[in-house]
Amino acid sequence: MSVLVYTEHTEGKFKKSAYEVVSYAKAIADLMSTTVTAVSIGNVDSAELAALGNYGASRVLHVSSEQLTQFVNQAYASVIAAAAEHTQADVVVISNTFSGKGLAPRVAAKLDAALADGAVELPEVDGNTLKVKKTAFSGKAFAVTELTAPKKVVALNPNAFEVRETGGSAEVDAFTPDIPTDDLQVVIQDIVRATDKVTLPDAEIVVSAGRGLKGPENWGMIEELADALGAATACSKPVSDAGWRPHSEHVGQTGIAVSPNLYIAIGISGAIQHLAGVSASKTIVVINKDPDAPFFKVADYGIVGDAFEVVPKLTAAIKAYKGN
Amino acid sequence: MNILVCISNVPDTTSKITFTADHTALNTTGIQYIINPYDEIALSRAIDLTEGGDGKVTVINVGDAATEATIRKALAIGAHEAVRVDAAPRDAWFVAHQIADYAKNHSFDLILTGRESIDFNGTQVAAYVGELLGIPSVSTAKRVDIEGNKATVEREIEGGKEVLSVPLPLVVGTAEGVAEPRIPNMRGIMSARTKPLEVIPPVSVPELSRIVSYGSPEPRGSVTLVDAGEVEKLVDLLHNKARVI
Repeated sequence: MSVLVYTEHTEGKFKKSAYEVVSYAKAIADLMSTTVTAVSIGNVDSAELAALGNYGASRVLHVSSEQLTQFVNQAYASVIAAAAEHTQADVVVISNTFSGKGLAPRVAAKLDAALADGAVELPEVDGNTLKVKKTAFSGKAFAVTELTAPKKVVALNPNAFEVRETGGSAEVDAFTPDIPTDDLQVVIQDIVRATDKVTLPDAEIVVSAGRGLKGPENWGMIEELADALGAATACSKPVSDAGWRPHSEHVGQTGIAVSPNLYIAIGISGAIQHLAGVSASKTIVVINKDPDAPFFKVADYGIVGDAFEVVPKLTAAIKAYKGN
Repeated sequence: MNILVCISNVPDTTSKITFTADHTALNTTGIQYIINPYDEIALSRAIDLTEGGDGKVTVINVGDAATEATIRKALAIGAHEAVRVDAAPRDAWFVAHQIADYAKNHSFDLILTGRESIDFNGTQVAAYVGELLGIPSVSTAKRVDIEGNKATVEREIEGGKEVLSVPLPLVVGTAEGVAEPRIPNMRGIMSARTKPLEVIPPVSVPELSRIVSYGSPEPRGSVTLVDAGEVEKLVDLLHNKARVI
């Protein structure tokens, strides 16, 4: 009996979501009185791997192979399933990132395991079952899923569980499972990454704007506020539908659901579909000139005013505060 | 080009979501059902890919007879025929088994589904079906192009995208950007009534998990308004009270 956690990296470096899943796996292992093994695939140096011990992994299985330098969900799922069998894991934890979503069902199917995705809290352990709270209805509600199969896969939402440093160091072992050749049919032709910006799904602060901005030419002030805060930028559906901003920035029921510490909504009225995508935010600030905008009803802080006046002033005030 | 499109029947995006008094089921009073918006994108792309050629688009839905309105809508949009697996869609694992079992006996070049359904948001079906059929799958695709027996698929990653070349057959979960959703025209609506809709029994699938309860997010306290001329006060509240900056 043990807990296995898959730690995703970007070009050899772990991001916060990887430390979150290790911390989460450690917390589950504590409830089950067992230990955590992490599995990492691809080129990651041994110091970076051993540092997973600081978040609760006692051991790291490192799979380094020419064939696996880039993420292919089929092959990575085979490796993770092999690692789960190798460590006799009952619970496998995966981050619910874009890659994790393509991976978790395949791992679960290979292990005949029950799958809970979009987990937002530590599960309740009851004998051999896990009760996992997860988002449902695109953020309008949550569901508690009882995983009754002997093996379980849990995919944790980014930003849902805090990183906990335990001060340990992990032992790193090479792991070399067989990779079926059928798993390697996908060829990655290109990876395009916006490296200079904070990415939306794992951003701690999000500055989002809507039709109240009147046109794409007015996004400069939104980007300046986001830069001042170290935030990602986002938008409402009408804005991405109009082509003012890319679809990847659309937050809401049919876009991305975000759960930052701070969500600042500017010129967004707060339609129910948009609110669904932001309800997991810890603090919501709304800036809108219409005092009756529905968004104010779910906001923590609000300013009734013209975005074109308020936003530059707010950016200046943030810069002044950061300067101190 | 033989394409299978998996569609689910979900509450309309404007629906207010509430539950029965014992919190074990959705309160369906007053809820209108629609084709899952991401599945509509998948269907629209399938029609783009077969239009003017000799391709065929089959839609499959797992649901009881009440979902037939949604299936007829898919036929009106332009699918050629439909299959309904006559069972309640218990969970993604169950649904994926039904789709995989049907696909096994029909040679599809491409299986498309929405990246997730807007009710349970699993993002599971595409990868499950791929695994059950032993073929590649791409979840959260932003572009799907076919040339010969290969697909070029763009998939979303955190802060960017990946461009993949994948041999057919393939399962893809589609997101925004893959196609402009199509709207049924009068001819489509008329012809949908007579297009074939086959009803088949489900295959049995062991239950691995079940939803035991539902809830709604905790309501927030009332909003603290700050005067538009006092943005420094907002910065102070965010720093000292909310502790988020």
